Amino acid sequence: MPPIISVSGLSKTYATGLQALKQVDLEIRRGEIFALLGPNGAGKTTLIGIVCGIVTPTGGSVTVGGHDIVREYRASRAMIGLVPQELTTNAFETVWQTVSFTRGLFGKPANPAHVEKVLRELSLWERRKSKIITLSGGMKRRVLIAKALAHEPQVLFLDEPTAGVDVELRQDMWQVIRALRDSGVTIILTTHYIEEAELMADRVGVINKGEIILVEEKAELMRKLGQKRLTLHLAEPLKEVPSKLAPYRLSLSANGRELVYTYDTRAARTGITGLLDDLTAAGIGFKDLHTTQSSLEEIFVDLVGRRR
Amino acid sequence: MNLRAIRAIYAFEMARTGRTLLQSIVAPVITTSLYFVVFGAAIGTRIAQIEGVQYGAFIVPGLVMLMLLTQSVSNASFGIFFPRFTGTIYELLSAPVSAFEIVVGYVGAAMTKSTLLALIILATAGFFVPLRIAHPFWMLAFLLLTAATFSLLGFVIGIWADGFEQLQFVPLLLITPLTFLGGTFYSISVLPPAWQTVTLFNPVVYLVSGFRWSFYEVADVNVAVSLAMTGLFLAVCLAAIGWIFKTGYRLKT
Repeated sequence: MPPIISVSGLSKTYATGLQALKQVDLEIRRGEIFALLGPNGAGKTTLIGIVCGIVTPTGGSVTVGGHDIVREYRASRAMIGLVPQELTTNAFETVWQTVSFTRGLFGKPANPAHVEKVLRELSLWERRKSKIITLSGGMKRRVLIAKALAHEPQVLFLDEPTAGVDVELRQDMWQVIRALRDSGVTIILTTHYIEEAELMADRVGVINKGEIILVEEKAELMRKLGQKRLTLHLAEPLKEVPSKLAPYRLSLSANGRELVYTYDTRAARTGITGLLDDLTAAGIGFKDLHTTQSSLEEIFVDLVGRRR
Repeated sequence: MNLRAIRAIYAFEMARTGRTLLQSIVAPVITTSLYFVVFGAAIGTRIAQIEGVQYGAFIVPGLVMLMLLTQSVSNASFGIFFPRFTGTIYELLSAPVSAFEIVVGYVGAAMTKSTLLALIILATAGFFVPLRIAHPFWMLAFLLLTAATFSLLGFVIGIWADGFEQLQFVPLLLITPLTFLGGTFYSISVLPPAWQTVTLFNPVVYLVSGFRWSFYEVADVNVAVSLAMTGLFLAVCLAAIGWIFKTGYRLKT
């Protein structure tokens, strides 16, 4: 199946001389949740802005559903819903009016049943007659999502959707996003919260200083790049790590009952067998052991840090 | 053509007018009525007829024009400035709409509003002075052409303005003085010859003169010249808007 979004050689240099994107290539698969991770100023919002038609690219090209975003902007934009990062809403219009307005703007005939469905899913139905200015920040965020869904888009961009949103609402939103994905909508979200990407995404892209550093299946990424920690629960507490075991750089817990060994899954030899042999030789017994994978956050910090 | 988008923008803008009925309709009507009371009734009775027209009636076209110009500019400029100010412009830029459709929506609504207002003021004037419209077709034509031109100008200002001060700058410091000096309250034939020449550089002269001709068949400049000048301003504004959307000036980065 061809990708729903195809970005090739995309670059953007702002009038200030800031090079926000450098020859970015990226393909988004139909129906996936793609998380774009990156520190502030990495180029996430610029990339989204170009695909949606808000920012003019300096070079390169983008197609959405096979439609070029410049030559066939009507066809490409009609497929996209955008939830911006900032809470940019009207003030004096009601929730119902503003959502219906967006539907009209995208050239769709009025469909109260669809608008009602969207508002109900986002728990906005009770507030449909409220002026937007009277809503809380979290509610406004939902209004922006409702607007983006008003015209039944096939691709949804969420630029930092849960920034400044409380935990409960964040979980509600994740549910909405999953339901959308299940209905066949492709979702691209940018986020600072790695847990969000870890929890939601099928694939993860990491962008830094205008370059896509890596694009990977989330599971694959964590498997390939992750460091693992082996924790050994000792039979008898230890006072200190025997000097013979120093090359393993083990760390001992305060109560002396746990030994932790950190190893790289990418390494040719993880050193686990050697460690276990040496432990037995040193007369150290253990009751149990378990391994933990490093989180996406650790991977991310590692990746971005290495590029500096 | 995305007609539904045009309708959405137009309806959005007209709804805004509906919410601010007091400031958009009532205030201009009261202001104009005050002009009639002061210039028409109080001072006007002491002024002889101008070119065969009673003074109170003579100033009606100019006053209507004054309101039409300021309201067209302020409606259209605010309409596009506000989304830029709040950031909701992202939606317009990311929607499958062309520049033409955006302009028709915003400028169409501003035009509708200022034209309706002009007609209301004209009706109000009928209470104070005897009105006579010699060429209703041309009267309407000048009204609509001027409303279109200055709504387009307002749209340009709304995109150019960086803040509320700049937004107010053109209507207050440019259009109001030019209208007052453009023969709203007098015929430019009463000016010394040198000043008459200077006045001909004021574009509003052509608008007021043509509009007044459609009422009383008296004009400071030839009607054909008035019409041509109005068409010229229209073309200049359209060119400016064409350039704005082509370059993305102040809309896109």
